[in-house]
Amino acid sequence: MKNLISILDLSVEEIDELIATADDIIANPKKYSEKCHGQKMATLFFEPSTRTRLSFEAAMYELGGNVLGFSEANSSSASKGESVADTVKVVSYYADIITMRHPKEGAPLVASMNASVPIINAGDGGHNHPTQTLTDLLTIKREMGRFDNLTIGLCGDLKFGRTVHSLVQAMMRYNNVKFVMISPDELKIPEYLKQELIDAGVEFAETTDLEKAMPELDILYMTRVQRERFFNEADYIRLKDSYILTSEKLAAAKPDMRVLHPLPRVNEISLDVDDDIRAAYFRQACNGKFIRMALILKLLGVE
Amino acid sequence: MHIDEIKNGLVLDHIKAGKSMKIYNYLELDKLDCVVAIIKNVNSKKMGKKDIIKIDAEIEVDVDILGYIDPGITVDVIKDGKLVEKRHLELPEKVSNVIHCKNPRCITSTEQGLQQMFKLTDKANGIYRCIYCESKAKHGSLL
Repeated sequence: MKNLISILDLSVEEIDELIATADDIIANPKKYSEKCHGQKMATLFFEPSTRTRLSFEAAMYELGGNVLGFSEANSSSASKGESVADTVKVVSYYADIITMRHPKEGAPLVASMNASVPIINAGDGGHNHPTQTLTDLLTIKREMGRFDNLTIGLCGDLKFGRTVHSLVQAMMRYNNVKFVMISPDELKIPEYLKQELIDAGVEFAETTDLEKAMPELDILYMTRVQRERFFNEADYIRLKDSYILTSEKLAAAKPDMRVLHPLPRVNEISLDVDDDIRAAYFRQACNGKFIRMALILKLLGVE
Repeated sequence: MHIDEIKNGLVLDHIKAGKSMKIYNYLELDKLDCVVAIIKNVNSKKMGKKDIIKIDAEIEVDVDILGYIDPGITVDVIKDGKLVEKRHLELPEKVSNVIHCKNPRCITSTEQGLQQMFKLTDKANGIYRCIYCESKAKHGSLL
């Protein structure tokens, strides 16, 4: 594997390997502190994303490497009209690995066709965000201890939420995983994804009622209704408060259920949920750094 | 109407009536110096009406483009006035610069010099998706 463009670039075995490395990093951080000494990662963020960028940068620094790059298109040559292909050809001379976020879908694939160093997709528009999915998978493994025999509730924006789509595609490869899709009718999961589940014989249900679905869930994956994915402000305002998780609603959940959220949260999870042991979203954000460390090591071929 | 038999060349047969000009343009047959005949609305037992293109030269045609436009087309190879091969077409696995991605969020909408590439993701239903953004192409949609 040279690049990570989509989560489906990784086999189940490769994901297991990354998770094992991340677990080892968490247990023995010192062992890894000089692994990437003398190596540089370029973070090319054509669209701002503080959280993802900082997580990548922290990951590279904790491996003893260095980071260079930009955090918005205005401060890059893209604002002068340079193509993605030209940008990465040049950056390949300066860095050993490139992490890219771009508003256009498929930009990291174009980058991987032109760069001479590994490319990591850190999000391309509403399309793929594979390192978020790896973060989610590491969190599920660490919190639940397994990937099979799980009932996963997905709540909120299931239509535009790319993290949800990738998580479904990654988790449907495991045994006896069931999905409960909880969303308003306007934000249901896309037809193609439903078809993939049907073709693979994976059990799933669709509902608009979060409270009713709650007792059967092992995992509740909450998502934000994102303003930037809407063409119409009125639709955004009407739907953004549809599904809010409160501690009252959580009372009906299993004691060992876990709540995940890719963050940032706006108001879809009340602050009083944060203190519940079942709230795993801040531990999830922490896991993001460790799985990215594991990924950087793998793509750079560092043992 | 009489059109001469060809000696050495190709006959593209069983073209859906009305599609022959599109194929003429895609295969860039206007660049050939030889005789090219476009015959429209020929009576056909199987199809009712069909189009035929005759090319009086031994050229290689892009069967991927033909297969994408219409996998029902047959390519007859003629040598010394005789039919020596009848090629049946299939939907190609990949087509480049044939379908145009309509997704305004796709990188192909801004990146200069990028080829439009689509891959066949569902053979049974003839569904092609953009390799960059995975948007579905409407079957038979062309640049």
